[in-house]
Amino acid sequence: MLLILRLEPESTRSLMAANSQRIVATLESVLDSVDLAEDITRRVACASGFEDDDCHKLGMSVREAVINALQYGNKMSPEKQVRLTLVLGPDKLEIRVQDQGEGFDLKDVPDPLAEENLLKSSGRGILLMRSFMDEFDVVRAAEGGAELIMAMRYPSSRPAGAEAGGAHSRDK
Amino acid sequence: MVGWEDNVSFKATAREINGVTVVDLSGRITLGEGSAMLRDLVRGLLDKNTTRIVLNLGDVSYIDSSGIGELVSGFTTVKNQGGELKLLNLTKKVHDLLQITKLYTVFDVHSDEHTALSSFRPA
Repeated sequence: MLLILRLEPESTRSLMAANSQRIVATLESVLDSVDLAEDITRRVACASGFEDDDCHKLGMSVREAVINALQYGNKMSPEKQVRLTLVLGPDKLEIRVQDQGEGFDLKDVPDPLAEENLLKSSGRGILLMRSFMDEFDVVRAAEGGAELIMAMRYPSSRPAGAEAGGAHSRDK
Repeated sequence: MVGWEDNVSFKATAREINGVTVVDLSGRITLGEGSAMLRDLVRGLLDKNTTRIVLNLGDVSYIDSSGIGELVSGFTTVKNQGGELKLLNLTKKVHDLLQITKLYTVFDVHSDEHTALSSFRPA
């Protein structure tokens, strides 16, 4: 399985906020990429100071995002890849998962909590991501495909006693 | 007892008590691993006319939306064949997922095996 992992070089730092680091992983459209993406995310999250519960939520969110990217975006096509980007900003960890599919609009995704969908065997991934993350949105990538953008604030950046989760779409 | 196991970590062993089959699950129920085995497991039980099933999730360390989907699929399939599928010993993580997905009130969930076994309709 091909994995290309890179840290953004110093020359691009000017494009990012101060005190940011970026990790980019390019993953093949195979199921093993799901576990790998989750593992990378959990390790980065835990190294960044998130507690176990948040590391689990972050890892699971990436898991769900990569599953969607593989199955619905890339349709498991071996010629297509998924790009996972982790940005450690000054007050939050931002995660982007981009596929090479046709793209989609969030408003077109059926609500898994609607009575008619409650007993369906699939369709809960986005609900889980929105529940776990502080920010969540889907955009059409410039190169085509869908890009999921989500973020979790560091514990030190949250109001006292607040837990992560309950994302709303980011303001444009 | 009957068991299923794959190379990774999902494991299931079944035992029958008073006409109810209790399946003790452990490991991960995720896309491509445990979820497929769970699907086959329920199908296999139904093929043997086993329609009173308790899934003991006490040792399930991780479940994703695919695993949740297989639990739902198993629930509806068993129900459509006139049977009952119940859940036992949810970990906090699984409990929280079922709450988020509003499935906690769909499934009959128990924290005690004796109570779970007693909750089935008479055969």
